[in-house]
Amino acid sequence: MMDMRILTCTVNGKKVQVGYDPRESLLDTLRNRLHLTSVKRGCEVGECGACTVLVDGVATDTCLYLTQWAQGKDILTVEGLAAPDGTLDPVQQAFVDEFAVQCGFCIPGLIMSTEEIVRTGRTYSRDELRKLLSGHLCRCTGYQDVMNAVEKAVNWCVEHGYSDQAGARA
Amino acid sequence: MKKLREVGRSVVRVDARDKVTGRAMYADDLCPKPCLEARILHATIGNGLVKSIDVSKAREVPGVVAVYTCFDVPDITYPVAGHPWYAASKAEKRDVADRKLLDARVRLYGDNIAVVVAEDTVACDRGLAKIEVEYEEWPVVYDPKESLKGTEHPVQDRRPDNLVAHTLAETSKEKLAELGYASVDEALADPCHHHVSIHVESAEQSQVHIETCVSFCYGESGRIVCVSSTQIPHICRRVIGQALGIPWGDVRVIKPYIGGGFGTKQDIHYEPLNAWICQQLGGACVRLELSREELFFATSGRQPKTFEVEATVDDDMNLRARSILAYSNTGGYIHHGHALVLNSVNSFRWLYHTQEDVIRCEAYTVYTNGPHTGAMRAYGVPEGNWAAECLMGDIAYDRGWDGVEFRMKNAIRQGFVDEFSPGNYISSRSNGLAECVEKGKRYIGWDEHKATYANETGPIRHGVGVSLFVYKTAVAPFALETATASMTLNQDGSIQLQMGATEIGQGADTVFSQMAAEAVGVDTEDVHIVSQQDTDVTPYDSGAYASRQTYVSGTAVKQTGQVLRQKILDFARFLHPDAQGELDLRDHMIVDVVGNKVCDLCELALEAYYNMDHNDQLHAHETVNVHTNALAVGCTFAEVTVDMPLGQVTVDRIINVQDNGRLINPKTVEQQVHGGMSQSIGYGLYEELLVDERTGRCRNNNLLDYKIPTTMDLPDLEAQFVETDEPTAPYGNKAVGETPTISPAAAIRDAILDATGVKFYHEPMTPQRLFEGFRKEGLV
Amino acid sequence: MYDIEYLHEATSVEDAVQVLARDSQARVIAGGTDLLVKNRDGKFPAAHLVSIHELHDELDGVTLADDGTVEIGPITWFHHVTTSPVIQATVPTLGDACDTPGGPQLRVSGTIGGNVCNAATSADTASTLYAYGALLDVRSVRGERTIPIEEWYAGPGKSTLAQDELLVRIRIPKDHYEGFTGHYFKYGKRRALEIATLGCCCLVKLSADKTLVDDIRLAFGVAGPTPLRALKAEEAVRGLPLAKAVEAIGALAQADTHPRDSWRASKAFRLQLIGEMSRRSLVAAARKGGATL
Repeated sequence: MMDMRILTCTVNGKKVQVGYDPRESLLDTLRNRLHLTSVKRGCEVGECGACTVLVDGVATDTCLYLTQWAQGKDILTVEGLAAPDGTLDPVQQAFVDEFAVQCGFCIPGLIMSTEEIVRTGRTYSRDELRKLLSGHLCRCTGYQDVMNAVEKAVNWCVEHGYSDQAGARA
Repeated sequence: MKKLREVGRSVVRVDARDKVTGRAMYADDLCPKPCLEARILHATIGNGLVKSIDVSKAREVPGVVAVYTCFDVPDITYPVAGHPWYAASKAEKRDVADRKLLDARVRLYGDNIAVVVAEDTVACDRGLAKIEVEYEEWPVVYDPKESLKGTEHPVQDRRPDNLVAHTLAETSKEKLAELGYASVDEALADPCHHHVSIHVESAEQSQVHIETCVSFCYGESGRIVCVSSTQIPHICRRVIGQALGIPWGDVRVIKPYIGGGFGTKQDIHYEPLNAWICQQLGGACVRLELSREELFFATSGRQPKTFEVEATVDDDMNLRARSILAYSNTGGYIHHGHALVLNSVNSFRWLYHTQEDVIRCEAYTVYTNGPHTGAMRAYGVPEGNWAAECLMGDIAYDRGWDGVEFRMKNAIRQGFVDEFSPGNYISSRSNGLAECVEKGKRYIGWDEHKATYANETGPIRHGVGVSLFVYKTAVAPFALETATASMTLNQDGSIQLQMGATEIGQGADTVFSQMAAEAVGVDTEDVHIVSQQDTDVTPYDSGAYASRQTYVSGTAVKQTGQVLRQKILDFARFLHPDAQGELDLRDHMIVDVVGNKVCDLCELALEAYYNMDHNDQLHAHETVNVHTNALAVGCTFAEVTVDMPLGQVTVDRIINVQDNGRLINPKTVEQQVHGGMSQSIGYGLYEELLVDERTGRCRNNNLLDYKIPTTMDLPDLEAQFVETDEPTAPYGNKAVGETPTISPAAAIRDAILDATGVKFYHEPMTPQRLFEGFRKEGLV
Repeated sequence: MYDIEYLHEATSVEDAVQVLARDSQARVIAGGTDLLVKNRDGKFPAAHLVSIHELHDELDGVTLADDGTVEIGPITWFHHVTTSPVIQATVPTLGDACDTPGGPQLRVSGTIGGNVCNAATSADTASTLYAYGALLDVRSVRGERTIPIEEWYAGPGKSTLAQDELLVRIRIPKDHYEGFTGHYFKYGKRRALEIATLGCCCLVKLSADKTLVDDIRLAFGVAGPTPLRALKAEEAVRGLPLAKAVEAIGALAQADTHPRDSWRASKAFRLQLIGEMSRRSLVAAARKGGATL
């Protein structure tokens, strides 16, 4: 067995130091050591997208990402999105308003990929958005209300200059 | 329809906020880490016996805590299907007990033969790799008809012929004689009518909920607590008790939010084994999570089936006689058994039994060495629908009839009563099908497209197709329907609602809250539902299946709400004996007969809690026993592009129009329809669990090879409704959850037929099958 | 959690090859999208891993050498190959191919070098790199050598890369791409998160008047145990009028490939796809080159 190592990185805007077993994926570490349980385990082989978080702003499957690689990185999960007073982030709000949520298991991952999209500060066609979200499997929604929510969030964020704020926050 | 206050509103889902913030807790999220991990050793033969197992090397692996084999577990068999249990008075209705925690008799490839418990999953896997098993191997039988010929070693000793059940429902001899026929076969052979006969197949579909199956168990006060991702917590408690041979009260099951079930979690798969391990280890916390790969063969998918279907039809578009003969492959265990294929053939009958004189529905369920199967969304009906609609599509195409007109001439109408079901319960008391079809035709542009696409040639063609469906609501009169709701008035005038019925993503908590608000006379926002079920405190309910909860558990909510409302009004009368006439509760106030305020509800609530002379925590707890049923109906219209040389079908547009009775929450119903449509599109075009018939081994048990649709495979999904008022329901509502999963696959098939003239009978219509079909017809 | 017994985060290429030389069990991990999946599947328990994940300075990115050679660092993400201005200006078909594996998240973990080293016949970049005649520079403590892609594949999932060697650069010389336009056609049973049932890359160089096939490269994945070029088919259409070439290419490609029956697709269906995809890929490639078809 290898010795434990220490991960130093930023998680949801805070500097974090945590011990980890080098055999862990970032999914394991976020869930089991940092209790960020929005990061869901659905397949462990990069097929379902339920464990997606932003690593340095890039939507990443954490199941195939060794914790070791997160050293010094900036990680954002769904737990880090709402404002301190609980106000939902515009992507979260759009998912609520558009009834995009059913069982909810794939939703944190989908929200994080949408966060990456809205941070680009531009709009996309529905087909482009479908492609950008094609790394997520959802079995409840047929993606219909999810696509509506994503489209709404992306347009809202462009209209309100949200990408700049999000950039500043990150 | 009378307008209601809270029912019929698209209120925001009560669970949405927690689910977008990551606060919603699912089973594994609640599990204290680190804890012990358990993983299963699956047999690597498809049929035979475990002669011996050597676990000594596995026990030496660092981190391994315990290894248990099929020779260590109690010799108890138990049933696993999510059905009600029955007392001695109806013992014959109990499910068959053919499961053991671990079993030396290997009935299918991947059967459970041992388990390793370790400090982490890597140690588990290393331990599993070190177990040495000696098998006695027997030949594998996968084809049900082969299996019925008999095998040297029956799959289950209790059924030496491998036959689980055989049923036959056909037009009576008397009626046949009246029509001048000696038998159904003679009616089908009547030379005055046109005869059609087809062979139809449907594959095993997997549920593919994104959360896998996971539970963790720990000891508490000498009892076992099991936190599980299940649709049926109360049944889970009972089955754990049965499997371990302990009093059911010694088990406590907690069901938090679950990441989809679609029927998988209507079986009790590994909770009993996990509870037993926990018991062996003195109550230590043990987690048992199935991998994605295990889910495909170690839980129960949709039964694969074959159908021989026949019909006769006259020149006026009237069906005269139909017959369906079904073979259903239950695999190595019975689980839900024959109920599934009965649903297939029954729905085949109900959908088009209006004009025809003669019907025959015959079904076999057969044990094989295939993966065990069970409930999946719409429970046998999509398969029966596929058979019914292949037949209707072929007849319309061959006779040059309009597919909609032909179907509607024969489709279920208001007043239909199924002559083969007990009582008059299976009957269509509300039926908006004709209007559904009109809406669907308009949306898809049926007549225009039929005309424009008629003369297409070339490799890429277009078509439109249709399919209808019927679906019953809940399981009465075939099985027990019971539900209980519990409500308490809080000090602030809000209502605490507790259900035994479960939220599994379908929006149950939201519609229960709405119905509770409607019944009591408050706003939905005033109702606080406890989402989590805990069998120590939650009222009894069978759980989430059969599209039953809004109808059956909803009846409990309504009754409980009415009782609580009366208690509130009675307490108001106690507080204000002089108030004028009959009292009413509205706008958070008690008002008198002319509408003048008597007191605020919150004021009343405080009195109820703290009145020095007469306090009474106002509470209602009602159980209902529902005996009725209701038939939901609807249709799918689809438009496709078929690229024949590539064997590719693109669904360009698709709509479901449904009569689900009154919609409690139109947006959440729409959600259900979208999801159901996507699963049926998957079933029609992609999804099939492939089994190597020689070994019984699953070939594609992963998300790459078992293909559910991605964002790029689905078009925009259109859901529309025709609302009717179902008289037997609490609020005019009928089945929703499963209904949209029935007809899209067959509508796509019909559209492919329209586009290319090629008839496909094997579901799913994969590129390989499409290619073979087009090649056979000389089109590629 | 993965069954890893030794995990070394390399600090440089030199460091990585030193460890590979010292530890004969050591394997290289870059993006992890292939190797971790195999490890989880029990393929090589108690793994010894040398991670080159963080060697961005030495192994990441796309550059254009002075002589016009496209140089791609092996740990460049698929996505960064697709979006690279150098790729778009020189070998855009490779960018298109890199836009097809898995989904978006996979394409920002999976690397082009990993795709090559995995040596699967279904790898999405394989047929395109084959068509472009990529050169693969590998290094070990023994020195550096170049393996032309034609000599890379040793069998299904096997390459001629030695255990102690590290792929350090993928090169496509200017004369391999100049004047060509191309098309990568991935056939999958769904439109994302898919392994290719068949992959086809066609590069074509047209005559000045856009009517003749001056040169052509036609490469396939999953048409045999390793990626392959349909050399006889290429030869047969070289110099033909484009319309004739389009008519002939399907049957020629079918005669030049050896797909097999498997539960994923029958031989007959794969042959059908080979014919159809060759034709459609040639048409698409020629159109990009200015042909009117």
